[in-house]
Amino acid sequence: MNRKLKDKIFQFFIYLSVSIVSFVLLFITGYVLYKGFSSINLDFFIRLPKPVGEEGGGMVNAIVGSFMIVGIASLFSIPLSILTGVYLSEYKNEKFANIVRSSLEILSAVPSIIIGVFVYGLVVYPMKRFSLLAGSIALSIIMIPLIARTTEEMVNMVPTTIKEAGLSLGIKNWKVIFYIILNTAKPGVLTGVLLSLARVFGETAPLLFTSFGNRFWHRSILDPAAALPLQIFVYAIAPYDDWNRQAWAGAFILIIIVYILIIVSRRLVLKYK
Amino acid sequence: MTNKDYSNKIFKFILKISAIISFSILVLLFVVLLKHSYLAIKTFKLKFFIDTTWDPVFEKFGALPFVYGTLLTSFLALIISAPISISVALFLSEFANRRLKEFLGVIISLLAAIPSVIYGLVGIFVLAPLMREYIGPGIQKIFGFLPFFQGSVYGLDYFTASIVLSIMITPTITSISTELFDAVPKSLREASLALGATKWEMIKISVLKTAKVGIIAALLLGLGRAIGETMAVTMVIGNVPNISLYLFSSGATLASVIANEFTEATGDLYLSSLYYIGLVLLLVTLALNLPSKILIKYLVKTK
Repeated sequence: MNRKLKDKIFQFFIYLSVSIVSFVLLFITGYVLYKGFSSINLDFFIRLPKPVGEEGGGMVNAIVGSFMIVGIASLFSIPLSILTGVYLSEYKNEKFANIVRSSLEILSAVPSIIIGVFVYGLVVYPMKRFSLLAGSIALSIIMIPLIARTTEEMVNMVPTTIKEAGLSLGIKNWKVIFYIILNTAKPGVLTGVLLSLARVFGETAPLLFTSFGNRFWHRSILDPAAALPLQIFVYAIAPYDDWNRQAWAGAFILIIIVYILIIVSRRLVLKYK
Repeated sequence: MTNKDYSNKIFKFILKISAIISFSILVLLFVVLLKHSYLAIKTFKLKFFIDTTWDPVFEKFGALPFVYGTLLTSFLALIISAPISISVALFLSEFANRRLKEFLGVIISLLAAIPSVIYGLVGIFVLAPLMREYIGPGIQKIFGFLPFFQGSVYGLDYFTASIVLSIMITPTITSISTELFDAVPKSLREASLALGATKWEMIKISVLKTAKVGIIAALLLGLGRAIGETMAVTMVIGNVPNISLYLFSSGATLASVIANEFTEATGDLYLSSLYYIGLVLLLVTLALNLPSKILIKYLVKTK
């Protein structure tokens, strides 16, 4: 009887844990959507922040800023990391490939705040200015190891027979890699790209000391720029009710973007399998 | 024919250049961090980590309050998260059918994807008031005699930070543990079930024992994640350099002090001290992360 009881208690604890975790996710999601939806209005999407103390205004500069920072980060990181991933897979026996693989593994374990202080020292400090560009560089450093690793794995999964078939037709090696192998691995690589975008879209810590934030429009990529997660942070810890409200509205947009990216990439994985 | 060799060579050259750039990021990272923390390392040496005063006005920089805050919140988060994460992982590998597994998989991946700043937002406006009004006083009623739970409850403190962290590291520990449990051979389970073991006994004898080393590695990875976590902690910990046994008092962590003070750091020594903190944060995270990752890769592969 004692054994049976222990088993019952154990199973109860398991189901309890699953319920807690599911509840936490549903609660956070539901609460952000509910609070966000009741806080959002048209001004939020089309107006700049109002001066301190005045109610209203919006986050249009932060929304555009976020897309620009992530967009430019993608421009740097996607080609570079895909090429690096192909290198790691194609020349996996070279000693240097192992070094690069390990260094990317280490880079992916670096806390994002450290990426922030690194890019501050690398870009902001010498240029003596915070800038959108510095923010993009910080985010691209987070994206590179993620995309490079998935690319390598996906290219590894392409059967060698496909490559041999291409080569036997007299197609040049680089064309085989570029047009045939990468094309076969495309859905997998795309999944990696989407996941990395979901990750960096919400990143705040690396932007604190790089793109810094801005209550106005940035005039060029060398100006400090607002970003959605940064603005949420500033508005959340501020003592003004109206700013708190806008923080929820920002969180609403952010969580929807991130969830869409995650769900699309999961769909892609299932289809690919 | 010579043309053909040429294009392949150029292609390899481009690949290699990309790899070199990717590699050099890490090198640059260490160079920049060392260069900027050099002044603080030279001035304070290792004494930095046992000195308890952090007073930028008088240029006194001791990092012990932040080391303490980081260790306290991270371990507390691990203690809260470990039983729950491992249970969910056991459910995924031992109880759930395929559809349930897929569904919970989505939940775990979304939980992992929620940006840190949103955890912080919910922490400030939902968890902190709840702590102040109900949970804190409730705990004090039951455990008030312990030194950890005496005093007033403000809501933005070690305890709230630990709870937020425990949620954030749950996906990490759960997904790795699930992988480890799935790697335990079926025959081991069947053997103990055939001997008349209950499900709990089977899991204890066959699954948990076999995956023991891996579970420790998974927990260390979770700990590493907690130590490096910045935004959510910064938003709910109260940000006071403080060493206190009392869990309902405000504190700060290595990551939160960087987030809070970095842009205001006037003076070379101040900035350099923050870089020094960053360097140590980096080294601790890597020391927890890399061995665990290697171990887990090995364990999942060999089984």
